[in-house]
Amino acid sequence: MSDDAVNPEEVRHVAGLARIDLEDSEVDRFAEQFADILAAFETLDEVPEVDRDADLANVMRPDEEHDCLETDRALENAPESEDGYFKGPNVS
Amino acid sequence: MTAQTVQQGDLVTVIGLEVHVQLETNTKIFCGCPTEPTEEPNENVCPVCLGLPGALPVLNEAAVESAVKIGKAIDADIPEETRFHRKNYYYPDLPKNFQITQYDEPICQHGELEISVEGQRRSVTIERAHLEEDPGSLQHVGGGGGIDSAEYTLVNYNRAGVPLMEIVTAPDFRSPAEVRAFLAELEEVLEYLGVFDAGRDGSLRVDANLSMISAEEADEDGTIGLEALEAANRTEVKNISSHKGAEKALVYEETRQKNAIQRGRAIEQETRHWDESRGITVSMRSKEEEKDYRYFEEADLPPLRVAGWKAEIAIPELPSARRERFQAEYDLSDEAASKLTSTKQVADFYEDVALEYDPDLAATWVADELLGELNYRDMEITDVEGRLEDVHRLVELVAEDEITAKNAKEVVLREMLDDGSDPDAVVEAAGLGKTGEDEVQQAVVEAIEENPDAVADHEAGEGGAINFLVGQVMQKTGGSADPGDVNQLLRAELE
Repeated sequence: MSDDAVNPEEVRHVAGLARIDLEDSEVDRFAEQFADILAAFETLDEVPEVDRDADLANVMRPDEEHDCLETDRALENAPESEDGYFKGPNVS
Repeated sequence: MTAQTVQQGDLVTVIGLEVHVQLETNTKIFCGCPTEPTEEPNENVCPVCLGLPGALPVLNEAAVESAVKIGKAIDADIPEETRFHRKNYYYPDLPKNFQITQYDEPICQHGELEISVEGQRRSVTIERAHLEEDPGSLQHVGGGGGIDSAEYTLVNYNRAGVPLMEIVTAPDFRSPAEVRAFLAELEEVLEYLGVFDAGRDGSLRVDANLSMISAEEADEDGTIGLEALEAANRTEVKNISSHKGAEKALVYEETRQKNAIQRGRAIEQETRHWDESRGITVSMRSKEEEKDYRYFEEADLPPLRVAGWKAEIAIPELPSARRERFQAEYDLSDEAASKLTSTKQVADFYEDVALEYDPDLAATWVADELLGELNYRDMEITDVEGRLEDVHRLVELVAEDEITAKNAKEVVLREMLDDGSDPDAVVEAAGLGKTGEDEVQQAVVEAIEENPDAVADHEAGEGGAINFLVGQVMQKTGGSADPGDVNQLLRAELE
C-alpha cells in the first residue's frame, strides 16, 4: 500500500466525526497508522469466501418482557453518573 | 397548478418527509426490555440496549408484524429478503456508536397513501419504510440549558431500542397544508392498524426536506423533473413532533426561503432545527453526509424472509375505505363520514348503533352529540370505552321516542359523562319520560283557556301566536312533550 493511502484531510474528517481534537503532529502520525491498519485488513483477501448459511433466516423472539438490569448495575462501568443517568461532557 | 399562468419568478414549494413512528409493542425491537415509559432513568435497560460487549440482539416478532401491516396498508412491496444494517455515528444517544437500521433492503418499498386536501384526492408516493431502533434521550444540563452552552450531558437509555418505523415519502408535497393532511391520514391509518398510539409522548417525529423551485420547471400537472429537484438547495427541518407542528414549521421555512430568494440570496443546503416555542427554524451545525455513516450489514441479525406474511396477516378496513363505505351504505355526508371514521373506536361504535337504529339518528348521536360533549370535556372516545353500552341505551331511548332528543342531550348525556350516571336512572330521577298523551292534551286545553289573546292573534292569522302557545304547553309539561306533536294538537284543538 502506498504511503499516501490516507491523507491528513481524511484523518481530520474522521476525527471531526468522532469529535476528537487533533494536533497537527498527531494528524501525521494517525495518517501513517491508518494506512498501516488498512494494509493489515488486506490480509482478509487471503481468507476464502464462504456463503452464509442459506437456511439461517427469520430468527425472532416473541414480544415478551425479560428482567432488566438494576440501574446501579447498568451504571457500574460508567466513569460518571448522576441520579440514575449516565453523565458525560457537553455534546452538541 | 392547472390553468394558472406561470409568471417569471414564481416559486413552487417542494417537500418530502421522513416520518418516524413508534410501534406499539410490549418490548424493545432487539431485546425484552419494556417499552412502557418509567419515571426513573435507565430502568428499562439490559446488555443489548446498552451495547455491552458480547450482547446479541434478537428481533422482536411483533415489530416485524407491525411493519408488514403498515406495508399492506400503504400497498407496499415486501421483498423476499430484507435485512438490517449498522449506521455508524458518534453520539451518546446510542451507546454502541451505531444504530441498527435498514439501509438498501428495507422491509417496505414503493407504497402510497391517498390523502384528501381541500376536497381533492391525491396519492403520495412512499418510497420506503424500514424498521430501526430509537436512540436514548439526552439532557443538556447547566449553562442555561441550551444545547450549545450546557455544562454536561445526562443520558437515559430507556428509549434506546424502542421499535420505530421510518416512513420516507417522495418529494410529492406542494404545500405545508398537504403535509399536515398526510400526517393526519397516516396517524389515522396506523391507529386503525393498532400499531401506533398518537397520544404517546414522542410517538411521531418528522424530518422534512423543503426546497423552492422555479414554477417554470413544473409540468402542467405539478410534477417536477429530478434534475430540477437535485439542482435546488434544500433544507432539512428536524424536531417536528405533530401534524400541526409540521404545518407551522414548514410555513415558516417556506416563507424564510422565499424571502431569501426574493432578496437575491442563495439557500444554503443545511439542517435546521424547528424551535416550537419560538416558532422558528434555526441552523444546526452541519452533520455527517451519507457516506460518513459507513453503513454495513448487521452480521448479528440474519436476514428476514417475510414476504409471505403479507397474505397471512389480516388488517382491518382502513379509514378511507370505511369513509367511502359509510357514505354509500348509510347515506352520510362527507363531513359526517369523516368524523365517524376519525378513529376505529368511533367507527366501530357508530356501526354498532347504526345497525340497530336509524343511521341518520345514529350519526347525529355519535358524530355531533357524543363527540361534541366529549370534545367539550377534553375527552376521547377511549376515555368512555366502558360506557358505550350506556350511550347505546340512550340512543335507544331517543329512537323509541321515550325521551326527547333535547333532554337526552342536555340532561341525560351530560349527567352520564359528568357523574357517571346510568341513562335510565337519570330519566327516572329527572322525570324526563315523555309525558303521556292525556297529560299533553290537558295542557293544550289549559294553554288555550289561559291565553285568549294569543288564540285571537292566531285566528287573525298571526303566525307567531302558535309558537307562543307551544311554549306554554312545553312549560306545563316540563319540556317532556314533543314540540311537533304539541303544535299539531293545538292546531286540531283550535280548528
